[in-house]
Amino acid sequence: MTEGGLWSEAGRRLRNNRAAVIAGGLLVLLVLASLLAPLASRYAIDQVDWTLSPLASPPSLGNGHWFGTDSNGRDLFVRVWSGTQVSLLVALLATLVSLAIGVAWGATAGYLGGRVDEWMMRFVDVLYALPYMFFVIILTVVFGRSLLLIFLAIGAVGWLTMARIVRGQAMALRQREFVAAAITLGLPTHRIIARHIVPNVLGTVVVYATLTVPQVILFESFLSFLGLGVQEPLTSLGRLVAEGALEMETAPWQLLVPSAVLALLLLCLNFLGDGLRDALDPRAD
Amino acid sequence: MSAEPLLGIRDLSVDFVTPRGRVQAVREASLDVAAGECLAVVGESGSGKSQLFLACMGLLAARGATRGSARFRGQELLGASTAALNAVRGTRLAMVFQDPMNALTPHLSIGRQLGEVLLDRGLATLQEAHARSLAALQAVGLSDAESRLRQYPHELSGGQRQRVAIAMALITRPQLLIADEPTTALDVTVQAQVLQVLRRARQDGLAMVLITHDLGVVAGIADRVAIMYAGRIVETAPVRALFAAPAHPYTAALLEAVPRLTDASAGRLRSIAGQPPAPGEIVQGCAFAPRCPDVATICRREAPALRCGASRAVACHSPRIGHGLEP
Repeated sequence: MTEGGLWSEAGRRLRNNRAAVIAGGLLVLLVLASLLAPLASRYAIDQVDWTLSPLASPPSLGNGHWFGTDSNGRDLFVRVWSGTQVSLLVALLATLVSLAIGVAWGATAGYLGGRVDEWMMRFVDVLYALPYMFFVIILTVVFGRSLLLIFLAIGAVGWLTMARIVRGQAMALRQREFVAAAITLGLPTHRIIARHIVPNVLGTVVVYATLTVPQVILFESFLSFLGLGVQEPLTSLGRLVAEGALEMETAPWQLLVPSAVLALLLLCLNFLGDGLRDALDPRAD
Repeated sequence: MSAEPLLGIRDLSVDFVTPRGRVQAVREASLDVAAGECLAVVGESGSGKSQLFLACMGLLAARGATRGSARFRGQELLGASTAALNAVRGTRLAMVFQDPMNALTPHLSIGRQLGEVLLDRGLATLQEAHARSLAALQAVGLSDAESRLRQYPHELSGGQRQRVAIAMALITRPQLLIADEPTTALDVTVQAQVLQVLRRARQDGLAMVLITHDLGVVAGIADRVAIMYAGRIVETAPVRALFAAPAHPYTAALLEAVPRLTDASAGRLRSIAGQPPAPGEIVQGCAFAPRCPDVATICRREAPALRCGASRAVACHSPRIGHGLEP
């Protein structure tokens, strides 16, 4: 009778979902590639290959630039995978932050209701109303640019919508008799929230989280575009796509390669999220 | 009535503040439940019978306000802190609800829901909790209890779920079980099984409050009956005495409304003419006066107080069994 039961059951159901298993497998491959490829390549992300002429070379097996090079003659293969690394890291951490804060905040506000709910949700409204770019710019000015700051900045805003969604669900669940039954059994409030409210909203939460990941990846590229995100020579998928779009007519591979990786990544996450939602519902059997 | 009742309710009122004004759901109700006794609380929808006991359990909606007192083993429940309430809720005082479809958390297996309270209170180890869950399921007559523990609520029928809910309420061996219309949502055959389960549970000295509007259920299980009308308790009496000689005209009308197979004048069901007062309606005098066959002038002017006899009490200006209150 431990917390593991819900998850081990969900894991079993997830393994029976073929689409989710394939998506999960591909995701693992993508993660491995992003971790190993930059190490295995003989080029570094900031290394210009002066032997090329012109510097932007299309994909070729002959000169060792499998994905081609960018306009500055840097190897795209190593840049795409290291960009994937950064994008995944940002997306993962920002989503986790928004999950942790958003679910806890929303479930507490929705379950307790009344004045506590009022105050907690007004706080969310205030943060919503804050001009977000202004907030990020101040952060970068005060703390300097760093990857950690991007996580914080995106996570700090990402949880707001999550909190609202979870709160709505928690308010509906609070009316159900199993919650009243739990109260009459004398279970403490934090335990009712943790055991009877949160698990029942997980399905919605998981789906929303998988929607958050692409949002975060795109948002990060937007921040980078403004010069507030990842800085050269470090790169991210969003940045690579943005740069590639500029050379779309002359060097289409610069757009196509990172776009394909990004699309594949998002597709896998969506399938996995869908599978997780089904797996978390005990009625799925 | 013994000197120290298990649950003693005195002048308990429940008000709801609504946009349309104040609604008095329960008006100065007083009740005692003795240890080991089964008290049935009967009334039609909206008579306040559920709200009265939800108030005792600290389960009123946020807009509800209570006055008066409800003491469980001498401890005041109204206005008590959550921590103080949790000291009795679950372990000494338990509750079962009307709708078995919603009474169980959908994502937890039966075994985990049953054992949760034991583990949370540190009343049992994992193995003990498992054994007691199993025993609790067997006690409520669920077949194949071992595999039921691993099942989820949606795999059980309504009657089975209600039995699980009862097992969950009884697993800590409470002294008082409040059952809020436990059979209303069930088929008649399943009703009988669930009542049998409740009856068996009482063999261990469990006191019970059975909230219902079904007089047939009352006759089968209760020791005493309290009749509620428009938020007030209008009559309390031992079950036999009540069925033999109702003191309040409303009780009498209720009993007459029960269809009988042997009724010679079969045909239309007898009903009570008129409607109970709407919630929030200000009632002058006795709330039942507009529908009462015995109504007198005083009834419309002055609300009757609950007068107690040796074993029964009635709130009526002209009760049908005289002022001695003994049948």
